[in-house]
Amino acid sequence: MVPLNYYLVLSAIVFVIGVVGVLIRRNLIIVLMSIELMLNAVNLTFIAFSRFLGSMEGQVVVFFVMAVAAAEAVIGLAIIISVFRHRETLDPQEMQLLKW
Amino acid sequence: MAAFDLLRWIPLIPLLGSAINLFFGRALGKKTAGALACAAVGAPFALACYVFWQLPAAGIFRDTVYTWMDSGAFQVNVSFQIDALSAVMLLIVTGIGFLIHVYSLGYMEHDEDLVRFFVYLNLFIFFMLVLVMGDNLLLLFVGWEGVGLCSYLLVGFWYHDPNNSIAGNKAFIVNRIGDFGFVLGMLVLLTELGRQGIWTLDFIELQKHASMLSPAIISVITLLLFVGATGKSAQIPLFVWLPDAMAGPTPVSALIHAATMVTAGVYMTARLHFLFALAPETLALIAVIGAATAFFAATIALTQNDIKKVLAYSTVSQLGYMFLALGLGAFSAAIFHVFTHAFFKACLFLGSGSVIHAMGGEQDMRKMGGLKAHMPITYWTYVIATLAISGAPFTAGFFSKDLILWQAFSHGATVLWGIGLFTAGLTAFYMFRQLIMVFHGDCRADAHTKAHLHESPAVMTLPLIVLAIGSIFTGWLGAPEYLWGSSWDRWLEPLFGAAEAHHGSVQTEVTVTLITLGVVAVGIIIAFIKYGRADAKISASAAEGGFFYGLSLNKYYVDEFYDAVVVRPFTACSAFFARFFDPWVIDGAVNGVAATARGFSWIWRGLQTGNVQHYVAGFLLGTLALLAYYLGQI
Amino acid sequence: MNPSTVIFFVLAVLLVLASLMVVFVRNVVHAAVALVAALLLIAIFFITLQAPMVGVLQVMVYAGAIMVLFLFVIMFLNPMTPERPRRAWWALGTILALLLGALLLPMVSKGELLADPVAATEFFGSPESLAKSLFTEFVLPFEIASIVLLVAIVGGVVLAKRER
Repeated sequence: MVPLNYYLVLSAIVFVIGVVGVLIRRNLIIVLMSIELMLNAVNLTFIAFSRFLGSMEGQVVVFFVMAVAAAEAVIGLAIIISVFRHRETLDPQEMQLLKW
Repeated sequence: MAAFDLLRWIPLIPLLGSAINLFFGRALGKKTAGALACAAVGAPFALACYVFWQLPAAGIFRDTVYTWMDSGAFQVNVSFQIDALSAVMLLIVTGIGFLIHVYSLGYMEHDEDLVRFFVYLNLFIFFMLVLVMGDNLLLLFVGWEGVGLCSYLLVGFWYHDPNNSIAGNKAFIVNRIGDFGFVLGMLVLLTELGRQGIWTLDFIELQKHASMLSPAIISVITLLLFVGATGKSAQIPLFVWLPDAMAGPTPVSALIHAATMVTAGVYMTARLHFLFALAPETLALIAVIGAATAFFAATIALTQNDIKKVLAYSTVSQLGYMFLALGLGAFSAAIFHVFTHAFFKACLFLGSGSVIHAMGGEQDMRKMGGLKAHMPITYWTYVIATLAISGAPFTAGFFSKDLILWQAFSHGATVLWGIGLFTAGLTAFYMFRQLIMVFHGDCRADAHTKAHLHESPAVMTLPLIVLAIGSIFTGWLGAPEYLWGSSWDRWLEPLFGAAEAHHGSVQTEVTVTLITLGVVAVGIIIAFIKYGRADAKISASAAEGGFFYGLSLNKYYVDEFYDAVVVRPFTACSAFFARFFDPWVIDGAVNGVAATARGFSWIWRGLQTGNVQHYVAGFLLGTLALLAYYLGQI
Repeated sequence: MNPSTVIFFVLAVLLVLASLMVVFVRNVVHAAVALVAALLLIAIFFITLQAPMVGVLQVMVYAGAIMVLFLFVIMFLNPMTPERPRRAWWALGTILALLLGALLLPMVSKGELLADPVAATEFFGSPESLAKSLFTEFVLPFEIASIVLLVAIVGGVVLAKRER
């Protein structure tokens, strides 16, 4: 059986890649997708722990994470649509109205 | 000590008069307001006479109105006290005050601001009475400050001319310098006694406990109090305000700057005689300054051409005599001279006011002359008062001035006696010079003024007559032993102790008196020689007169000296603070705080880029910090 | 090297490749497809970890509904403008992320963690067990999750509406 550490390391790598995407990309949709990537990495962690501890709670949590991720993706995309209508751009660096 | 509820009305009535005229004077009209003001001084005079009549020898009346301060062991009441000394001062203030109020009805008749004049004048009487009747040093000081205020208000009465306001300012500010010394002296007295456990400023209590203080402390206190006296009573070095104060109306000069306010310093010293008696060095200093001031001021009076300036310097000079007496320990003699001086000086000032009134406002004696024929009453009262101030035999000034000179001689202060003697000669000279210039000879006024020369109305000449009579007979109260004795000394004996033993025989005393008379006669003769002849040269400019003449005419440049040494550095210091220190340092510090805050916020606001990804980076940094912390714990 | 380890590594490499593609490709649609691939791989991982129900849900909800939504939006917006790169920011961002990795990895590679899993019953990970937890222990979060979804639906409609 694969040790737990392997799953955790993998999850960490995917999480970090997701962070890179959020920080660097200048397309809001890709940023949102990177966020989904991060959430999934976390889901992987939960399921791995759930298996290794023999507890269903991890899977229940993943269930809820999925539900909330869905809701968040919906709202996020709605906002992107709304912003795009006004600004014709998806570049987060262009959206600096809250700058001092 | 008897309680005497009547006492509080003596100061209160003038205060009420002042208040009524303040609020309703305009509605009452000039005549009624003036009459009310005179009544507001006349009534206290009547009361004062009654109190005086009722006062037993060595008795004290007290009227406590209310408790002003009550702080632990220290209590100060608003409480009035009459003893032998304050009874005399009371009569002077109310009596001469009343005469001057009556005179003012005539003098100020055509002035639009007559009501305001009487408001201030009554207010002055109130404060002077508080000063004289207060039973503790603090209440005396309230009166002291109050009369200073009224002096300022009255000197600057015709404020439309800025010079008058400046003179008023000068009077008040120079007094303030003296007052600073007074306050310090009072505070040192209070705290030093308090250190011994006695917290009081009551005169009676102070007299009981004064000897508890060390001689050094008493010297300090008396010196500081004397500084206050030099301010209020125009001695060296703080006399400079008095000549300028002549800018005020003549009744003001008569009342405040001759008869009453300027004697406050003398009164205060006499009141605290027990304290001064314990400080021989201070007394010596007082005597020296008194004599020096007397001489110094007299030399200035020799050349002055303004009728009121001569009298102003004369007042400074006579005040010097009073302080000389105080310094010799002859408190009774000093107060006696206050008493007689009040009469003849007020008479002189009111007489000069009469002249000015007749001359249509002219005050330069070089434009007067020959007024004897036009103003007989004024002339003769002026003659009597001049004789009195010169010390002619059997006038008031003769008895009081000679007493002071005798005290100087018999105490062994020969130098001071010599200065006083010479000054008496000078006094006679300049007073007769004035008399001759104003009333004798040909009239040097222009035709228009000449046509309007007239004697003053009765309301002005009656007070002159009363004062002239006083200038003769008040002195008879203090005659030397070899004549008919001094009821004055006997009256004040319980306070000051037995009259100083006359160190010397009657012959010596008579001789000294004769020497004085001789010097006075010489002064008068020289005055007549110089100015009385038909071809006498009346006006001499500084260039014609020579070095000493110029020095005297320009008042020894004392004002210029003070200006250069005190006023200019002070204004420069103020300018420094106003133009540099305040905007740059103080405002700089305050604005600097704001600028620092702004600077910091300028640094930190860079964080608000508006870019979401930057904010995420911020999250990340925080997370990294936490992780690092936990990592360290593993 | 037993078969499960080999499978694990293969899938792991693929997953990492897919995520890298998501983050680094230019074209948005390509990135979306890469994300679908990544999600499917994760679903496989779930199944190997004895969580079949969740794995199926992952495919149905995540890879199915959510990614379809993403693709809808991409098609709808049709963003064509290319991104302008900023080298400095790229460097900084990458460094920060790598720092994160550097901090995480030591934590997760400690040796005391379990090497052998607890013995699994057949019941474990099945829909019944999930349902049992959901409707007893976690019934409140369950209900709240449904409200969250409702709010999301309403919010999404309102936010994306064209203003008249």
